[in-house]
Order: sequence, then C-alpha cells, then structure tokens
Amino acid sequence: MSARSELASPPARARKAAGTSQATVLYDLPGPRARRRNAIIGAVAIVGIAAVIAFVAYRFWATGQFEARKWEQFTYKAIQRELLAGLWATLKAAGIATVLALLFGALFASARLSDKWLLRAPATFVVELFRAIPLLILIFFGYYVPLQYGWPLPKMWALVIGLTLYNGSVLAEIFRAGINAVPRGQSESAYAIGLRKNQVLRLILLPQAVRAMLPAIVSQLVVLLKDTALGFIITYPELLFVGKQIGGRLTFGLPYVPTYLIIAAIYIGICGMLSVLAWWLQRRMGRARRTAAGVVPIRDFGDGDAGPL
Amino acid sequence: MNEFFRVLTDNWDLYFKGFSTTVNLFLNAAAGSLVLGTLLGAMRVSPIPALRAFGAAYVNIVRNTPLTLVFALLVFAVPKLNVNIDYLPTARIALVVYTSAFVCEVVRSGVNTVAPGQAEAARALGMTFDQVLRSIVLPQAFRSMVPPMMSVLIAMLKNTTIAAGFSVLEAGAIPFYMSERGEPQFAVLLWITIGFLILIIPLVFLQRFLERKWAVAR
Amino acid sequence: MRITRMAALAAIATLALAPAACGKEGTPTSGGGNASGGAQSDTCQSSGATFTPATDANVAGSPAFQKIKSAGKVVVGVKFDQPNLGYKDAQGKRCGFDIEVAQYIASKLGVDPAKIEYKEIASANRETAIKGGEIDYYVGTYSITDKRKKDVSFAGPYFVAGQDLLVRKDDSSITGKDTLKGKKVCSATGSTPIQRVRDEGLTEPENIVEFKTYSECVSQLLDKKVDAVTTDDAILKGYAAQNSDELKVVGKPFSTEKYGIGLPKDDKALRDFINDQIEAAFKDGTWQKIYDGTLGKSGSTATPPSLERY
Repeated sequence: MSARSELASPPARARKAAGTSQATVLYDLPGPRARRRNAIIGAVAIVGIAAVIAFVAYRFWATGQFEARKWEQFTYKAIQRELLAGLWATLKAAGIATVLALLFGALFASARLSDKWLLRAPATFVVELFRAIPLLILIFFGYYVPLQYGWPLPKMWALVIGLTLYNGSVLAEIFRAGINAVPRGQSESAYAIGLRKNQVLRLILLPQAVRAMLPAIVSQLVVLLKDTALGFIITYPELLFVGKQIGGRLTFGLPYVPTYLIIAAIYIGICGMLSVLAWWLQRRMGRARRTAAGVVPIRDFGDGDAGPL
Repeated sequence: MNEFFRVLTDNWDLYFKGFSTTVNLFLNAAAGSLVLGTLLGAMRVSPIPALRAFGAAYVNIVRNTPLTLVFALLVFAVPKLNVNIDYLPTARIALVVYTSAFVCEVVRSGVNTVAPGQAEAARALGMTFDQVLRSIVLPQAFRSMVPPMMSVLIAMLKNTTIAAGFSVLEAGAIPFYMSERGEPQFAVLLWITIGFLILIIPLVFLQRFLERKWAVAR
Repeated sequence: MRITRMAALAAIATLALAPAACGKEGTPTSGGGNASGGAQSDTCQSSGATFTPATDANVAGSPAFQKIKSAGKVVVGVKFDQPNLGYKDAQGKRCGFDIEVAQYIASKLGVDPAKIEYKEIASANRETAIKGGEIDYYVGTYSITDKRKKDVSFAGPYFVAGQDLLVRKDDSSITGKDTLKGKKVCSATGSTPIQRVRDEGLTEPENIVEFKTYSECVSQLLDKKVDAVTTDDAILKGYAAQNSDELKVVGKPFSTEKYGIGLPKDDKALRDFINDQIEAAFKDGTWQKIYDGTLGKSGSTATPPSLERY
C-alpha cells in the first residue's frame, strides 16, 4: 500500500497543475486548445448543474417551501430544543454503540486470530453472520424478540444492540486485517527473541496495527452514526424521528422539506467532520514511515462503507 | 419447531411478495448505480475541474447523509418539483442516488491502482483522456474493482430494507404485517434472516472467488 | 496547508450550527404567509377537566395494577400526531381526547397524571408492546376487534368513530368507499382502516400506500401522490379543521370503530375496574367535558357510547 502510493506520485509540476495527484496520470498537461475545450465543457457543466439547482430552488419556492411560516418555527427555542434533544438521542445511541462495537470487535478479532480452532470457528461464524443480516432486521430482533418474551427493552437498547452486532462485526474484520497487515517477519523475529504470544501482540503487532487501522475505524464510526437514523422505524426519538414530528405539524403547512433539509445539514456537518478526520488520519498514516504495516484501506471493507446496513 | 415452519407456510404469500420486491429493487438499483457511479467516477478523474468538483461534492454530500434521509427527501421533497413518481421507482432512485457515491469511490480507487507508467506510456503514444481510460486503465482497473464493488452491492442488497419505511412492501416490511397477523416475531425474523442469507451467501462466495482468482493474476 | 484548511472548514461548520443556541421564547403560531388553512395555534390546550389522583385506589387481583402501584408511575402508549386526539406540540406538551382519557384513568389508578410516562407506539406494534409489557395500557384510537382480542384485551369502548375518507377539496371524484377503485389510498401501517381496504378490495393492492403516521399520508395527499387518506372520521376531521382550504372529509362513514383502551390480555380485574371508571365518567359529565374541550373543537358533537363488558 505505502509502496504503491509512493509510486503513484506524479511529477510535481503536473500535480501542481491539476490539483489532485491521481488525475494527472490519465492525461497530459492541457495545451492551449485543450484548455479552451476544457473551459467550454466546464462552463457547460456549470451552467447545467446551476440550472438543475435553480429549477429545484424555483419549484421549492413556487410550492411555498420557503414560506415564512414553514421556517419561522425554527427560530423558536422550543423547536431548537426539540432538535437538540433529537441530536442528543442520536449521539447518545451512537456513543454507546461505538464503545460496545469496539469491544465486540476487539473480542471477536482476537478470537478469529487465535490458534485454537474452537475459538476461531464460532467467532468466524458470528462475524460473518452479523455482516450478512440487514441492520434493520437486527434492530427488529432487538425490539420485537425481548417483547415477545415479556421482557421489554428500552428502544435505545434495541437500536444499540443492532448497531453493536453489525458494526462490531465489521470492526472485527478491520482489526483482523490491521493485525495481519504487519509483515510476518516482525512477529517471527519477536518470537525468536523469546517474547510470549501476548507480548508479541501487545508490544509488536498492536502499536503498528492501530496506526494502520485508525482511518478505517473512524470511517466505520461514521457509518454507525448515520445508521442511528434507522431508529425512527422503531420510534426511538432520534434526530430523524424528531424531524418527522416537526415536519408533520399541519398548522405550519407540513414543513417536511425545510425540516429534512435542516436535518440533512446537521448530519452532513457531523459526519463530514468525522470523514475529514478519517481522511486526514489516512494521509498522516500513509506518510509516516515509522510503521511497517500498510494502512488498512477504508474502501476495502465494502460492507461497511456502503453505508447504513 | 412445527410452529416455526407454520409461520413460513401460512404466510408464504407475504414472504414471496416481500422477497421478490427486494430482488427487483436490488437488480434495478444495482444496474442504475453501476451506470451513474461509473459516470461520477469518470468525472472525478477527468481533466475538467468543474466536473471533478461536482463529483467530489456529490460523493461527500451523499456519503455523509443517512440513506433513510435520502429516502425521506425523495418521498417528501420530489413531489414539490411537480414530478409524480410512484413509491417503488422512488425507492429505486433513492438506492441509486445513494449507492452510486460508493460505486464512484470504488471506480476512482480502482483507477488509482493501475501503475502510472502504463497511462504515461499510453499518453506518450498520443492517446486522449477517454482513450487512455477506455483502452488502458479501465480494463485493468476492473479486476481490482470487482471485489469492493461486490461489497458495495451486497451492502445495497441489505439497504433495500429501508424502503419498508416508505411504503414499499419488501422483505424489511414483513415484520409490520406479521405483527398485524399476530405471528411470533422471533420466527418471522428468523425466516427473513434465512431469506437474506440465501441471497447474500452466493454473492459473498462469488466475491471471494473473483478476489482469489484475480489476486493471483496481478 | 490542507490540514489548516480542513480545520477552518470544521470551524465554519461549528459556527453554522451554533445559532441553534439562540432563539425566541414562547411557542410558534402559524403566522405569516397564510397561503393555506386558517391560522391555528399549535399550542396544546387542555379541556379544563382536572384529574385528582385517587388516594385509595386498589384493584384486587390485577398484576398490572400491582406493577403500577409499586412503580408509582404508569407507562401509557399514545399517538403524537393526531390533532385533538393524541398530539404533542412544539413545547413537548401533550393534549387531546385520548390523552385526557389516559390521564383520567391514571388518576383513578391513584397515579398523578403528571407522572404518566408517554410512549409513542407505531400502529403496527401495539399488540406486541402491550403483550410484552412495554406499556401498561394504550389509549390511541385503538379499535376493538375480535382479532386483536386474541392478543390483548379492551376496556370500553369510550368512543365510537367510523372509517371515512379525507380528500383534496377540489376533488369531486371520490364520494364514498365504492369510488376508490384506481385511486391511491393511504393510511398507517398496521391500522384497521388499511386492513379493511385490503380485505374488502376497495382499491387495487398496488394502490395501497402505507406510512408510519397519518401526517405523512396527509402530506402525500396534498402533494397529489395519493388521492385519499382513510382512517376514522374523528382523526380526519382534525386534519380537515387544521387545513380547511385544501382538505375535506367525504363524510360517509363506512364502518363502526369502537375505541377501546388496550390492556394486557388476562387481566380481567383491571379491565372491569377501568370499565367502571369509564362508566362513571359517562355519568358524571367528565366524558362530555373532555370531549367538548378536545375532539368537539373539530366541529362535531357526540354522546357517550355504551360499554361492552366481557
């Protein structure tokens, strides 16, 4: 991985010209004619995109989405408190699930890395199973099944259980890949100088693996945070559910559109910051020569990166 | 145990309807997001800054929005644009809009795995951007793209369950109807799980097979 | 360089979220831009009936009551989006006919109505929630049906409604339940009305639209994505009253919906006790007072129904 990214560095001059490093591999520095052509295509594209945005904005305006009464309620403290309460519920569920998923992941990753078949096999089964079940169904299990046996679980825990099982399983795979990314020679030489198994793990493998895994972990946590939005389906009062309540008030002309736009902005803001953190970590890790382990690519954990489920 | 099987046989109509809608959603949305995602991926590596910026903005906005919210916006905001789309097509569009951001990223990182020397050699022969992409880079990038692409598609298959909250009777909506029918939810959910395993396991095996096959060839 | 730019972006994002911390006190009323519907206050107002908790409440032989008594509070399942029935306003205050019935019963069980813990339960999950003990009782336009009696039991009925249709005001093509063929009909997942539409084949299966809440259906109706919203007239009248410029109720009820209070199945003692309390409310005028102050505001009158004990 690190070797590849080094190779991929295009000439500095080209990088400067194009802004991004990958893009320049595919085309020459544009000459005057190409520049003109690119400018024309670019202008057409900008006009096209602007036209679409303008059309959407116009229709929203024409159907009264920007009407004062649909937005006015957001200037009131009562509504802001509602939104904040929803945000808090989202962050609380995400926070608890993050801690539990990290523990779950660590536990099952170590079981999968064990040399004992009896530990490895069930752990593999569990991890593969929970990665294959849609998160929504896991949340339903958490909500309906305890109820069926007369043991009601607060909705938040139904959500947290679902999030933990799914994201924990994905994290277990990330951890495993991170440990495996440390070259074999390292653990072999560690064993050769007489370190015990847990010393090898603790002193040699983990410190390097953690650096390698960090970006992938953070981006999985973004997925987890977004997934809390599924709580609305079991009426857990998270951000989206609160949005449904606010948007469903007929006295304000059913302001679903303004409300969902505001909620989208909040999600994009928070997840965006986490994504930037992941991206920054990846760059940092990729640059650091101190670790022998290649960075675990964020994208390779497809199940996780394609989002909610 | 008999009770467990009865849940399936008594409600076979619902399971069949639910899972066929799920498969329908999956196939349509998969085709759609591969096309749109590849297009976006091409934008992101293109020489035109405006397109690159648009691709990047699209990916970053969509990827940081919960799919549920994408659904909600499509169901409640799109009618304001004076277009009337039925609920099943709306669900397809929502899945395409969301998944293509991930497909785009797979395409982009796939392109990056091709040794730069190859593209440079092609350019030295005087090939244009789309010739380089079409004849040199994509055919090779394709191999490294297949496993992550499969992951994206598997995730999308599971994502189809979110349509349950937006008036589409697919597998994820089955529990609502079963609650109405008074069936034991544990059995109901187990059967749904089994249904998804039946759909997903072959995809996972295909993915691992392709991964192994092409990992050697590299 | 890049990092500082990202940090700056993050800072801007934080700033953009920051204004959420300040705002006007009080409750919003639908003021400016009165394009549709009469201006109505969103603020919850109670009917004015007061419920003092009974000090000597006792229901012999009721496990549910023992649970309530030892907990010192009751957990009640309700709806939150039905004007004048079960509604939650922007202040988080709840009001409506069902809410006050729930409060009345809580007071008779010896619990201060202020100590009620409300839970919003989706229509499709009501039986599961009562059976599983997630809630102590449910008051939320819950129709008594034989099918449901297999899973839960009902006190009441405390109100009788009928299934009706809500349509756009300019739509004259829908005049009753037999004119629904080929029209898109929306209702809440797991509700009795949508089951009736399905069972009686009032419209084609592919034209049945289901959402979690009725407000979502109403939004789709105004957007012309569905042609009718069907549920009980009591609920629909509340929506029509809030947006009389664009919505109307067809006004030909085609069913009898008896609203009951959902209770755990085998708790006959509690059921009898609550029935007694409802009967008392019928007689001493409490019921009428609650009705006039809540549902009556949707523009109709009603008299107490007769109880169905079993």
